[in-house]
Amino acid sequence: MPSYVIPDKCDGCKALDRTACQYICPNDLMVLNRDTMKAYNQDPQMCWECYSCVKICPNQAIEVRGYADFVPMGASVTAMRSSEDIMWTVQFRDKAIRPKRFKFPIRRGVSEGQAQPFELYPTGDEDIKSPTLMGEPASINTERGPVKFDKVPTL
Amino acid sequence: MAEFETVVVETDLLICGGGMAATGAAVEASYWAKRHGLKVTVVDKAAMDRSGAVAMGLSAINQYVDLNSGNNTLKDYCDYVRNDLMGITREDLVASIARHVDSTVHLFEKWGLPIWKDEAGKYVHEGRWQLMINGESYKVIVAEAAKNALAAAGGEYFERVFITHPLMRGNTCVGAIGFSVRENKVYIFKAKATLGVMGGAVHVFKPRSTGEGFGRSWYPPFNSGASAFFTIYAGAEMTCQEVRFIPVRFKDAYGPVGAWFLLFKSVATNAYGGNYMQLNAAELDKWAPYGKVKPSPANIRNWLMMLDVMDGKSPIYMQTADAIKRIAETSTDEKEAKKKLKELEAEAWEDFLDMTISQAILWAATNTEPEKKPSEIMACDPYFIGSHSGASGAWVSGPEDLQTPETVGEYFWGYANMTTVEGLFAAGDASGASSHKFSSGSFTEGRIAGKAAIAYVLDHNQAPVMDDAQVEALRAEVLRPLKTFEEFKGATTDPEINPNYIRPKQFMYRLQKVMDEYAGGVTSQFKTNDKLLEKGLELLAYLKEDATKLAASNLHELMRSWEAVHRMYQGEAHVRSILFREETRWPGYYFRADKPTMDNENWLAFCNCKFDRNTGDWTMIKRPVKYITQ
Repeated sequence: MPSYVIPDKCDGCKALDRTACQYICPNDLMVLNRDTMKAYNQDPQMCWECYSCVKICPNQAIEVRGYADFVPMGASVTAMRSSEDIMWTVQFRDKAIRPKRFKFPIRRGVSEGQAQPFELYPTGDEDIKSPTLMGEPASINTERGPVKFDKVPTL
Repeated sequence: MAEFETVVVETDLLICGGGMAATGAAVEASYWAKRHGLKVTVVDKAAMDRSGAVAMGLSAINQYVDLNSGNNTLKDYCDYVRNDLMGITREDLVASIARHVDSTVHLFEKWGLPIWKDEAGKYVHEGRWQLMINGESYKVIVAEAAKNALAAAGGEYFERVFITHPLMRGNTCVGAIGFSVRENKVYIFKAKATLGVMGGAVHVFKPRSTGEGFGRSWYPPFNSGASAFFTIYAGAEMTCQEVRFIPVRFKDAYGPVGAWFLLFKSVATNAYGGNYMQLNAAELDKWAPYGKVKPSPANIRNWLMMLDVMDGKSPIYMQTADAIKRIAETSTDEKEAKKKLKELEAEAWEDFLDMTISQAILWAATNTEPEKKPSEIMACDPYFIGSHSGASGAWVSGPEDLQTPETVGEYFWGYANMTTVEGLFAAGDASGASSHKFSSGSFTEGRIAGKAAIAYVLDHNQAPVMDDAQVEALRAEVLRPLKTFEEFKGATTDPEINPNYIRPKQFMYRLQKVMDEYAGGVTSQFKTNDKLLEKGLELLAYLKEDATKLAASNLHELMRSWEAVHRMYQGEAHVRSILFREETRWPGYYFRADKPTMDNENWLAFCNCKFDRNTGDWTMIKRPVKYITQ
């Protein structure tokens, strides 16, 4: 562990052009066993428990078991991420404590793939040597604040 | 050993890394590159959506100066950073980031990042400089904008290519070399300008958990000192290599404490209920003037807590239940109070679920409901991170327009965020003395560096000349761990135990043991002295010799081998800098037992260092601290 793969659910991402967990793991830990076509965590001691593999797995085949050297057994935190929000279920070790469920938004107003970097604000000057960054000074101001900048602030 | 194909990529600007600073640079540089017909290339060892310290998400944006509100000025932010770092900061760099960071945050919102708002439509502040967000997909959103920017400007993006070294011609950086961690390919990037934005370093010191929880560092275990090595090897002057960072976090799982202290106004106490910040207040005089400012510097808060720990008053607790009770009680109506309690509970859990999920598991596994019982907090282990309350990184030029007649000769040399090596830029955790930039400021600094690097390319627009012999020699060196393993693996029956080579994990353990025991790690409560440091350098010298005997059985281990080497250079720069600075200035980060007090007369200065890759010699340099706000 700490991220582990449930063999009955993992299909090795056969239908996809790449293995999702292997693609996303920031520490290059998830690998596909080509013989069994099941993924596994090749070095659990270097796992950050970031849940990137859990969140991306199309089959919900990956879960996390808390670090064995300091986490008492029996609890779990599971994630279900959609394109709009994420649902968390927290199960306590003591089953008398009611599991907690939380749902949080992950994006607002811009659908997946549509974040447009340029042209959101006019750029004040085109001088490559000036301190003005793309979209400044307009992007420094908000409608709410009383102080308006017509150039990049200085001390 | 299998054959490796060599892939040569030519570009105008090469961005090495994929985290917040790299994505900021990709967006900004692409914008300007498109206007000037230039090409931007990004190379990253991971996949951009979940690359870098924000991979897991974040529950707050920690730098938003809110200049537009009229409540804060650039000087206010400089004051805050200068005091937190005990006077050692480059105000020109801090102000440079602070004046642009609001525009960055406004872009994040336009890209779809949910920032909390109150009923009046204003951002919800966690503290004066911090905003609360629903940040599970913070990095995914920012990466999307960066990838769209690259695509719109005709740039290229290479993922899963691990950069090992800069390519140099004299004192000019002409690109970088690395290898694919997926297929047998060596990559040679030829670039007119190169930006190193590969994060800070974890696992240089031995962590507190050494079993499976080894990976549960506060800062990600995949931040392996690549930036530090890249700039050190290039011969760039480095700064604040002694200014490590040790955050206070919830014990073991390292959940953040910011929301508890700032948003919930929680108090931390020793095991017997005493408030260590009040009990040890007299200590603050010793570290004046910085000890006397509010909020207390991060290292001083550590120090006051550690005094109680050393006095045998552990465990230290965050009094979560008291804090929640106090807030809920502000509602007079019982139904209202119940609703408020429910909200607070969700906020408390989201704080962990967004950025340190392990802490939620630990709470659940120890039947901890924060509204019912307190949780232990503790100082983590030492990390190298220029973006938080640490300061280590490359010494870079500030922007011209923020210099004063006193600073311009010291802090400005042509292009914002360029290191002392021609054509090599740094930002985020890779640049030093500009602390408290966090995620939003790192992205912003990437933008500043990205634009400046494009300006540099326009002024120096000729194809980089490579030193072919150097490239060939580096290519062989990069692949050597694979060759060493193949050559000697048959010498014993167990590939782990072989007198001819050392495996990358054991090499990292050896580094961590030296750093922990000689350079003030957790086992000595961060205490060291000149003699320990000198002995540590002796042991590091053996380690460096043995680096030529690293052995890797596959591409993953080849990456681990070079990560271990990168960490070692970060460790050595740290030891040399602690030894050079003959005082104790950040008592909660490290304590020089032989020089136990702060010496403002002699050491209100930057401790810089420089490595000569041809001779292996280090040069230590003292540089003046000059403020621009006073």
